[in-house]
Amino acid sequence: MPATIQSFVAQGAQMFFVLAIAPAVTGITRKVKARLMRRRGPSIFQPYRDLLKLVRKDSVLAPNATWFFRSAPYMIFAFTWVAAALVPTLASGLMFNWAADVVALVALIGAARALLALAAMDAGTAFGGIGSSREMMIASLAEPASLLVALTIAFAAGTTRLPEVAQFLIAQPLEIRVSFALAFVALVIVALAENARIPVDNPATHLELTMVHEAMVLEYSGRHLAMIEAAGHLKLTLYISLIICLFLPFGMAPFDGTAGAWAIGIGSYLAKLGLAAVALGVWEVSIAKMRVFRVSEFLGGAFTFAFLAILLEFLSREVQR
Amino acid sequence: MIGAGWQLQALFVALAIYAGAALAAVFLPRRRLGLVYAASAAAASLAVVAEISAFFGEVVLKEHLPVGLPGVGLHIRLDGLSAFFGFIVNVGVLMTSIYGAGIKRDDLSKRIEPLYPAFCGAMNAVLLADDAYGFLFFWELMSLSSWALVVSRHDDPESRKAGYVYLVMAAGGTMALLFAFGGLAGASGGYAFDTMRASHLTPLVSALVLGAALIGAGSKAGIMPLHAWLPLAHPAAPSHVSALMSGVMTKVAIYALIRVVFDLLGDPQWWWSLPFILLGATSAVGALLYAVQDQDLKRLLAYSTIENVGIIFAGLGLAIAFKSSNIPPAAGIALAAALIHALNHSWFKSLLFLGAGAVLHATGTKQLDRLGGLIHRMPKTSAFWLIGALAISALPPLNGFVSEWLLFQAVLTGPVFPEPILQFLSPVLGAMLALAAGLAAACFVRAFGTVFLGRPRSPEAATAHEAPFAQTLAIGLLALLCILGGLLGGLTAFALNPLLVEYAGAAAAINTQTGPTPFSLIAFDQGRAIYDAPTIAFFVAVSSFTTMAAIHLFATKKTRRSPAWDCGFPDPSPATQYTASSYSQPLRRVYGGVVYSATETVDMPPPGSLREGHFRIRFSDYLWRFLYVMPANALWAISERFDLIHYLTIRRYLVLMFSTLIVLLVITATFM
Repeated sequence: MPATIQSFVAQGAQMFFVLAIAPAVTGITRKVKARLMRRRGPSIFQPYRDLLKLVRKDSVLAPNATWFFRSAPYMIFAFTWVAAALVPTLASGLMFNWAADVVALVALIGAARALLALAAMDAGTAFGGIGSSREMMIASLAEPASLLVALTIAFAAGTTRLPEVAQFLIAQPLEIRVSFALAFVALVIVALAENARIPVDNPATHLELTMVHEAMVLEYSGRHLAMIEAAGHLKLTLYISLIICLFLPFGMAPFDGTAGAWAIGIGSYLAKLGLAAVALGVWEVSIAKMRVFRVSEFLGGAFTFAFLAILLEFLSREVQR
Repeated sequence: MIGAGWQLQALFVALAIYAGAALAAVFLPRRRLGLVYAASAAAASLAVVAEISAFFGEVVLKEHLPVGLPGVGLHIRLDGLSAFFGFIVNVGVLMTSIYGAGIKRDDLSKRIEPLYPAFCGAMNAVLLADDAYGFLFFWELMSLSSWALVVSRHDDPESRKAGYVYLVMAAGGTMALLFAFGGLAGASGGYAFDTMRASHLTPLVSALVLGAALIGAGSKAGIMPLHAWLPLAHPAAPSHVSALMSGVMTKVAIYALIRVVFDLLGDPQWWWSLPFILLGATSAVGALLYAVQDQDLKRLLAYSTIENVGIIFAGLGLAIAFKSSNIPPAAGIALAAALIHALNHSWFKSLLFLGAGAVLHATGTKQLDRLGGLIHRMPKTSAFWLIGALAISALPPLNGFVSEWLLFQAVLTGPVFPEPILQFLSPVLGAMLALAAGLAAACFVRAFGTVFLGRPRSPEAATAHEAPFAQTLAIGLLALLCILGGLLGGLTAFALNPLLVEYAGAAAAINTQTGPTPFSLIAFDQGRAIYDAPTIAFFVAVSSFTTMAAIHLFATKKTRRSPAWDCGFPDPSPATQYTASSYSQPLRRVYGGVVYSATETVDMPPPGSLREGHFRIRFSDYLWRFLYVMPANALWAISERFDLIHYLTIRRYLVLMFSTLIVLLVITATFM
């Protein structure tokens, strides 16, 4: 069955495509930040070199570290990778897109997060606990917000399946819906928080009592750290792709599309991804980091926006149809 | 030999074994008491086989026994619903019995072993009762036997307090159920459930029955605000009994609610769903806010039970709402979510309680801040507990996520409700459930992290030992069930279809036959919502293993051990780790101020001073204060006033009697 083989190849290609470009997204953001701070900054390919370097180094484990500490990075990486591969990016209707809908996607990200927060506590250090506890506090607000955003869009589209959601949105006339605007703001806030970006967390900091994500991975080194870094790159790409898929899916190729449609799909996706990475860089240099306990207000805002979005969407059903 | 209807006979045999074991345990010498668990396990296995057969055979078996009330007898009925809940009960009993076989007999044994099979048998009998008298009799037997198990350690004042609160709540609950059945029976007084099904009630009476059933069964299930006994009593019982009470007995209460509301009470009104949805959403979030703060491993689990019961209530509420609005497919999905969550919760909560029991036995404490690092000394228990913790946090591909997913699918159908209140409530419910999912993960990451990971915080934790084989076997089997329940969630949902058709009116809202794989869980139809756990699990497993293999093969797999980095200042004292209280501090700052007005006072000595610093956290439990303590005090004050009546002279007593007679005569004359 050539169709099956074709879709299988397409799914595999998407999986490796996401994996391949993810570090570059981080690289672009870092480059933009550096340029705006009037530094030259490392090449956008530096994250690849970092990963290669880390993978080849010995892993140094704390005396107390257990099998869980050693296996968690691979599981975190796998959960994030599978989640990232499930978001339709280039084209919709890929072979395994059906396996998890948007609710499952949020839960897969949650699984990766829970494993990381647990692994942080394994070595029995103060910093691991700090990071883990703050991460779960942030997640306790960010996860429901992202779920509500997902449900808002899913409800508008009448399905929780991401490819169908994207198809539905492409078919919609271009207009601004209040509920979508609110959901968009909420998802952007969640994406900043989940990826440990400013103003929630500072990805460039170490040795600082305000850190969250870096505190959790402090005891990791070598290949294990590489896995966690790679998962971090993937997660950033995943969230940008999710925002693109849910709010700006225009240009995405239908699965049975022509070569031209695929070219447009790839081109527009890469352009949007690049734009988002640049925007993130600009955002990060133009704002200061918040105190940890202000984060709850920031994320509470996201939760409120998401809740208003779903409420509007639910109650305005009569008006729309 | 085995004829039609053997399932019911098998269940009678199982009940007889339970009863026999209870009686025999009174006379057996202490070293032989392990036999009680062997007998209970045998009875439970037999019952599980019979119930599976009855469920898939879709048989309805009835029996009328000449015991019980004169003229009424005892009606027995085994149908799909009782078979499903019987399966939950007996799988739980089987696992706790295997665990129980590994418990060392001690002085307490004589207080536990005779009551354990009685408790198990009573739960089974409640599910089979088909008349109000039998139901209440076995219900009360279940309450009392579990109460006796709670106070088995009665020299401990906390146990006594737990037992007292439980006894009051259980008695009140049974009283409320008595009123519910009284209302259902009506003036003609038909005790049998068949008569109740046939009778038609006025809206007012149905409302009263609903309220009484919610109080009676809801207090047993532990729904807020009737939950107060749960965090006291469940942890006080021996761990395998805690597992039964939290994992299984709450499900018997859910069964009672489904039986009354979906079966006996007739066609639902849309507003019946309101208490379910409101109480469910409140319990789901409220109980977790207590659970994330709690310092006691078993009490934390009891709070989490309240949360899960809240989720089941929310599912039932949505099912009622959809059913009354005549949207059967959505009602089917909501009911499936509730039933599957009941099944899932019975597995992971039993697992977590049994694991907590193993920890308690190994270290002698269940205080989170005295534990830590048990993954080194109790590797099996830790691994299984991790699976339970991830499952209860509703993370894929484990079983907790299946019911969560179904529930969100039902919530998404919310806007089709004709009533504006329900339209408004469904996104609110969605938001509360989403919040509960996030908090549950925080709660169980904290629990697993402080108990099993890190370094031991006390000598007891440092010298802990792995649980005996029978106990790790029981916990491991439950972990296996959690995994299988997650991977085969689609099949479970599909198997429930006959029940859904019967109680929600849905035909094949949940399908596995048309999906891309036989295991896909499909809500409504394939184009709308689909979740395939085995595929996801396969992808995660393959990508993690190939990545690991590739790195080990092409890069390096060398590992060195060296002191923890800890930002350059590693401290050898385990006291510098995060504790459970410090872990929950951010959550307390975010949620605690409003919910339980948590206040933190820091008494920091000035620089240079050698005085100790102090840090205090104060909570107030508003529900306990306003709904329990204040009414109890008021009752106490009133009864003290009436105490006067005990010290009157004989003349005054005669006056009292005479005036009572006059009042009664006046009432009779006026109203008759």
